[in-house]
Amino acid sequence: MKEILEILKADGRITPRQIAIMLDRDEAEVAATIKEMEEKKIILGYFTLINLDKVKGERVSAIIEVKLSPQREVGFDAIAERIYRFPEVSSVRLMSGSYDLSVMINGHTLQEVAYFVSNKLATIENVISTSTHFVLKTYKYHGTILDDAEEDRRLVVTP
Amino acid sequence: MTESINWRERLNPVVLDIPSSGIRRFFDLVSEMKGVISLGVGEPDFVTPWHIRESCVYSLEKGYTHYTSNNGLLELREAVVRDLEGDYNVSYNPLNEILITVGVSEALDLAMRALLCPGDEILIPEPSYVSYAPCATLTGARPVYLKTSVANGFQVTAEMVEKAITPKTKVLLLCYPNNPTGATIGREQLLEIMEVVRQHDLIVISDEIYGKLTYTGKHTCLPSLPGMRERTILLNGFSKSYAMTGWRVGYAAGNPDFIAAMKKIHQYTALCAPITGQVAALEALKNGRSQMNKMVEHYNRRRRLVLQAFEEMGLPCFEPGGAFYAFPDITGTGLTSEEFAEQLLKESKVAVVPGNAFGGQGEGFVRCAYATSVEELSEAFQRMRQFVRRRLGRGKILTGSFGKSESVKEGICKTS
Ligand SMILES: Cc1ncc(COP(=O)(O)O)c(C=O)c1O
Repeated sequence: MKEILEILKADGRITPRQIAIMLDRDEAEVAATIKEMEEKKIILGYFTLINLDKVKGERVSAIIEVKLSPQREVGFDAIAERIYRFPEVSSVRLMSGSYDLSVMINGHTLQEVAYFVSNKLATIENVISTSTHFVLKTYKYHGTILDDAEEDRRLVVTP
Repeated sequence: MTESINWRERLNPVVLDIPSSGIRRFFDLVSEMKGVISLGVGEPDFVTPWHIRESCVYSLEKGYTHYTSNNGLLELREAVVRDLEGDYNVSYNPLNEILITVGVSEALDLAMRALLCPGDEILIPEPSYVSYAPCATLTGARPVYLKTSVANGFQVTAEMVEKAITPKTKVLLLCYPNNPTGATIGREQLLEIMEVVRQHDLIVISDEIYGKLTYTGKHTCLPSLPGMRERTILLNGFSKSYAMTGWRVGYAAGNPDFIAAMKKIHQYTALCAPITGQVAALEALKNGRSQMNKMVEHYNRRRRLVLQAFEEMGLPCFEPGGAFYAFPDITGTGLTSEEFAEQLLKESKVAVVPGNAFGGQGEGFVRCAYATSVEELSEAFQRMRQFVRRRLGRGKILTGSFGKSESVKEGICKTS
C-alpha cells in the first residue's frame, strides 16, 4: 500500500497496470488496493499541480494566523469547520505554538482577501485575533520546485 | 612559411591502433538530431542528492580548495572501509590499503599499469565496458576475451577461464553487475571461478561499480570470498550508486604493496582526486544511504517496466539483475546491432547503443539504459514497439525470451 501511494503521489496519471509491473504485483490486486484506499479516503483525489504564477489573471494568497478561544465540548474543531467550509479557504491546520489555526486563503485581489478576513473570519465567535501574511512568491509547493533550473544535462550517449 | 607536421606519423603506434569507440560515432549521429529520447546514457538520470551537493558548497565556503594527500582524504578512506565492512564484511586498512582515485576509470588504468607488462595476457569478459581492452593495450599487454553469451546469462564460467589461460595469463578482470548486459553473478559460480584463479595463481581486478545496484539476490563482493582478499584489486566508486558521475571519485582496495605501486603512478599523473569530489563522496557515505536506496528502488521499478515492454514487443530480453541496462536480442528484426540502432534513431528518434560497441559478442543486441524517467521510458518504448512491429518476422525465427522473469505474472502480460 505504501509503495502504491508513493508511486501515485509522484504521478497521479500512472495506471494500475504500470504500478503492478513496477512493483511486481498482480494488476487486479493493485486496482483493488487503490479502490479500497479511495473508499477509505486515504486517497482523496487526483489533481493537477499548476504553477499559477504562469497562468494569466490576478491572484493573491495569504496565510492567516488565527487565535481562538476554544469552545466547550467541541474544542477547536467546530470553529475550524466554520472556517474551512468557505470555498476561498484552501487549507486549515491546527497548530502548536503562539496561534491556533493556520488558514490559507486564495483570492483574486488584495481587497477580496482583506474583505474575507475582516468580514467573515474575524467576526466568527471565538476568534480572538487574526494576523494576515500575504504570499509574495512561491518557490516550492507540494514538494515541487516551481522554477526548477535543473534539467537533464547528460550527454546523449555515453559508455 | 609554416612547416606542416604529420602528426599521425609521430603518434605512438599503440595509441594509433586503438580503434576509436563505436559509441563516439553514434554520439555524433545522435547529437545532430532533435526530439530524441536517449536510452543511450550510461549514467544515472538523477542529479546528485542535494545533501551531497550542499556539503560540497559548504566545503568551498570553508576553503577546501587544496590538494589532498595522494591517497585521498583519510576520513574518506575510513568511510570507504566502514562501508565495505558493513555491506560485505570485508576489511581493509584505511592507511595503506585504499587509494582514492579519479573515478573507477583512473583506478582501472593504474591497476593495469601497475600489473601488466608487454606480452602479458589479461582475461576480459565480452561484452563488457569499453575501457578495459584499451587500457590493457596501452600497457602492451594483450586482452584475451572470455566470450559470454545470453545462453549462459552473460556470466563468465570457470571452464571459460580455464580454457583461456596460457603461461602468459596474469590477470582476470571481472565486472558484475555488468555494463552493458546488466548481468549479475552468484556466489557459487564465483567460487568455482576462483578455484581456477587460485590454481593458476592469477590476480583478479574486480570492477564492482554497479554493486549497490543489484535487484535480484545479493551482490557478492569478490574479496569477501575465502582467500580472495589477497589476490583481488577491488575497484569501486560513487558515480553510479550515488549519481555522482561528474565528481570523478572512485577507489581501489587491495594489498598494501600493490596499492603503493598504484599510488606511485597516481601521484605523478593525477596527484590526487579533486577535493570537492572527495568531500562530497564522504557526505555520500556518511548520510547518503536512504537516498541511494530510493534511487535503487526506482531503477528496479523501471527495470520491470522495461522487461515487460520488450516482452510485449516481441524482443527477447535477458533479465538483468543489476546496473541500469537492458540488453535485448534484436536478431529477430533481421538487422545488425548498428542497423537497428541507426534506423531506430532516424525513424523513431530513440537512441540506444549498438551491442557491438561492447565487443563482438554484443552483436545482435542493443543496450538500453533505463536510467530515465518512467514517462520518457513509456514514450520511448511506444516508439520502439512500432519500429519493431514493422520489422519483426524479417529475421531469424525468434527463440523465445531468455532468462525471463518468473515473477512477471501472466495476468499483466496479455494486453498491450
Ligand atoms: C563498468 C564500468 N566501470 C567503470 C566506469 C567508469 O566509472 P567512473 O565514473 O568511476 O570513472 C563505468 C562508467 O560507465 C562503467 O560502466
